[in-house]
Amino acid sequence: MEKPLTQKIRTDGEVVDVAAYEQAGGYQALRKALKLAPKEIMEMVKQSNLRGRGGAGFPTGMKWSFVPMGADAPRPKYIVCNGDEMEPGTFKDRLLLEGDPHELIEGMILAAFAIEAEVGYIFLRGEYKLSGERMGRAIQEARQRGYLGKSILGSERSLEMYVHMSAGRYMCGEETGLLNALEGKRGNPRAKPPFPQVSGLWGKPTIVQNVETLCNLPHIIQNGPEWFKGLSKTADGGTKLYGASGKVKRPGLWELPLGTTVREILEEHAGGMQDGLKFRGLLPGGASTDFLVEEHLDVKMDFTEVQKAGSRMGTGTMIVLDDATCPVGMVWNLERFFSQESCGWCTPCWSGLNWAARMLEALEEGRGDLSHLDKLAYITRFVAPGNTYCALAPGAAEPLQSGLKYFREDFERHITEKRCPWRH
Amino acid sequence: MLTPEERQEIEAELAHYPNKQSVCIDAMQIVQRHRGWISDESLKDLAEFLGMSTEDLDGVATFYNLIFRRPVGRHVIMVCDSVSCWIMGYEQLREQLSKRLGVKMGETTADGRFTLLPIVCLGTCDRAPAMMVDGDLHRDLDPQKLDGILEQYQ
Repeated sequence: MEKPLTQKIRTDGEVVDVAAYEQAGGYQALRKALKLAPKEIMEMVKQSNLRGRGGAGFPTGMKWSFVPMGADAPRPKYIVCNGDEMEPGTFKDRLLLEGDPHELIEGMILAAFAIEAEVGYIFLRGEYKLSGERMGRAIQEARQRGYLGKSILGSERSLEMYVHMSAGRYMCGEETGLLNALEGKRGNPRAKPPFPQVSGLWGKPTIVQNVETLCNLPHIIQNGPEWFKGLSKTADGGTKLYGASGKVKRPGLWELPLGTTVREILEEHAGGMQDGLKFRGLLPGGASTDFLVEEHLDVKMDFTEVQKAGSRMGTGTMIVLDDATCPVGMVWNLERFFSQESCGWCTPCWSGLNWAARMLEALEEGRGDLSHLDKLAYITRFVAPGNTYCALAPGAAEPLQSGLKYFREDFERHITEKRCPWRH
Repeated sequence: MLTPEERQEIEAELAHYPNKQSVCIDAMQIVQRHRGWISDESLKDLAEFLGMSTEDLDGVATFYNLIFRRPVGRHVIMVCDSVSCWIMGYEQLREQLSKRLGVKMGETTADGRFTLLPIVCLGTCDRAPAMMVDGDLHRDLDPQKLDGILEQYQ
């Protein structure tokens, strides 16, 4: 089984430096792309069916196609890597950033070629110190070898690249919040339109893409779109970094064909539940995705099939709930996170989520009544798409609405027994 | 007053951005690295240096989790309280830390050695529960490990 994204990553935790990266075939895609027109690069990526790996799954080639091109386009244009991995339960980009920084740099260079960007920023959450150090060093190495800077490998193309260490806030992972944070502002969302592809960073055309998405690009350009599609078990191309956390036997991260089933990830790779514990449900792709339960285990983890099952693949890193853990407590933990991290821009979000977190606290502490369940359901509609500027508020509703649906009896027990049955 | 060293580090960052305000988050992190936190005086000096109003800069400072607008201890312990760590034993870890240090979340020990803070998901969920001390990540935590880790930070 091919694992293009992680094949070079060392098992001893050390970084792949520029020499090792080159030896393994690195920067060959860049050399190939120097002979291609931006349109040709864009076309290859469109053909590959690469969809964004940050959670939303937007087709990468299509995202690029909105950027104004040609001599009249506003400049400079920007390519921004979203490495603000703050979705609870998500730990996949860290592996790529710490393990193989040149793969990301090469991917960013290719994206920059496709949209004719002159400047790139790698936006990292402040806690990813090691990622920041390794990316910074790798940028220096790439510059010394002529892959970055003015006239790349003697060509007419140029690209400057910088690391930006953020100072922590979930909202900065949202595309427009991230742009405000990069501009040295509070990370509030921006109204769309205008979309960042047209008017983004400092009002210039900007593409924001997840780490894992960008890391796929060198392999697509090097091996072609048909090869990339062939890696997958589904219509969307490529492999995916899947993960599992919670009380499973072997929590971890695995690069597998896109469309691997939930069951295979949970039972074969994560080794199933710890001894003595039963599976109750899981959030398939981070904190902001709907619960899946037993009946969904044979669902393929891709963008369409998980959606049909009523959830989202999100980041592909699942959080597993066992029968010794309280589902109400888990949902409370999630909503407290969303409420705390709400940027405060939109009322349904800052007010609604705070209200939800308080009610869940009351339920968990045995102070709840049945009307709370209706009010919680009301809040999930209050923060629905269209009521807030960004997608984080509807995301916050997902574990809550599905929690109420699948664990209704557990919620009711907290009310009738006036206590959390899991706490003694 | 900003020290020459702080000023130099901020100026190096300025070269990466088209205007001064864009560097304000980096600038606050630089000053915080040297002084531990951002006092009202540091904020005023930085605002002046960056051509921003103090109020605007404070609005930015208070938005971000890792900018401290109050003094902290010599070492800052940030314990992940997000979902995977919660499932894997965050509450016991918090209780143990509180008992061992004699402080609650958000407080600093009387000797000024440690400040205990909650932090959102540290992105190491397969090795939960986790915490960060002064930027060093500690994972797969259990009661036995904790004392040895705290000993490293005097």
